[in-house]
Amino acid sequence: MKSGPVKSIALPPFQDLLDAHRDEVYRFLVFTAGPGEAADCFQETMLSALRAYPTLSDASNLRGWLFTIAHHKAVDGHRARARRPVPAAALPEPVVAPVEIEDPKLWAAVRRLPEKQRAAVVLRFVADLPYARIAAITGGTEAAARQNVRAGLIRLREEWTP
Amino acid sequence: MTDDLTAALHRGRRTTVDAASAEAVARAVERAGTLVDVAVASLDSPIGRLTLAATPKGLVRIGFHDEYVYDDLAERLSPRVVEAPKRLDTVRRQLDEYFDGRRRHFRFALDLSLSTGEFRRRALEAARRIPPGETATYGDLAAEAGNPRAARAVGSAMATNPIPIVVPCHRVVPSTGGLGNYGGGVEIKAKLLHLEGYRP
Repeated sequence: MKSGPVKSIALPPFQDLLDAHRDEVYRFLVFTAGPGEAADCFQETMLSALRAYPTLSDASNLRGWLFTIAHHKAVDGHRARARRPVPAAALPEPVVAPVEIEDPKLWAAVRRLPEKQRAAVVLRFVADLPYARIAAITGGTEAAARQNVRAGLIRLREEWTP
Repeated sequence: MTDDLTAALHRGRRTTVDAASAEAVARAVERAGTLVDVAVASLDSPIGRLTLAATPKGLVRIGFHDEYVYDDLAERLSPRVVEAPKRLDTVRRQLDEYFDGRRRHFRFALDLSLSTGEFRRRALEAARRIPPGETATYGDLAAEAGNPRAARAVGSAMATNPIPIVVPCHRVVPSTGGLGNYGGGVEIKAKLLHLEGYRP
């Protein structure tokens, strides 16, 4: 392990991050926050990322950093919706280009999973991340991330049939 | 472990989101305000595709032929380089008019912070005073910038001009005749001078 302060780190242009990770982060939000909330969550993710970007001290895992922000936005969004007394039908129509989801029942079941299981399952299967990376994003240990995926799959098998 | 469930989850990767994500990015850029330090956009022109970059102070960089300038902007100005074409609408419109022969002077702010050194800055300012349709020699500009013997330094100031076309280094030619060099290629220099009505 290297130690000591890093003098100055070369951050790539923010646009490079957008080009490389825009779609997979959006997809992650479609499956965790839901198709109707993904657009807002994505905007919040991008604005938070832009705000923090120049102060980053480590540029070695920008992809994971973006997913971490997106995960927090998705969780915040979920909690806010849970508190909101308005029925979903009364919410304003999203104006973004609609995303067509194969197997909407499966993904609805994924969204009903507990927070950490939901994020872990989507990061594992949609973003193809290894457990150590998933743990870094959702918090907790690698073993816990593995357990979250396993528990999520067990629950999905109860709720979903092909 | 692959079964129906994990296979179905894997298929989530194929979900098409590019239109939705592009729209979300565009909206976030509109809301980003001062979080964007360097706005970039591209422009198709008769001399090829140009990359334009602006800071809140003004136009800071023009790159030729898809010359990749983002890294340099990130390193020298700020890593918050984001494609934000709307912020360059005025610049793009005036450049379009210029290439159509309907505009001779640009009316927007410039940010010369990518030109380093007092003398280079003065040389670029001197170049800006050459009227369209005319040329000046490197020696002329050296004198204008306060050092008549610094023609070579003027040459390097022009070669490192961060905002070609708008800061008209193409109007600077050698006293020995010919057009001399140009960052975008000498054919482009000839085209720009011709467009401005200069006939050698």
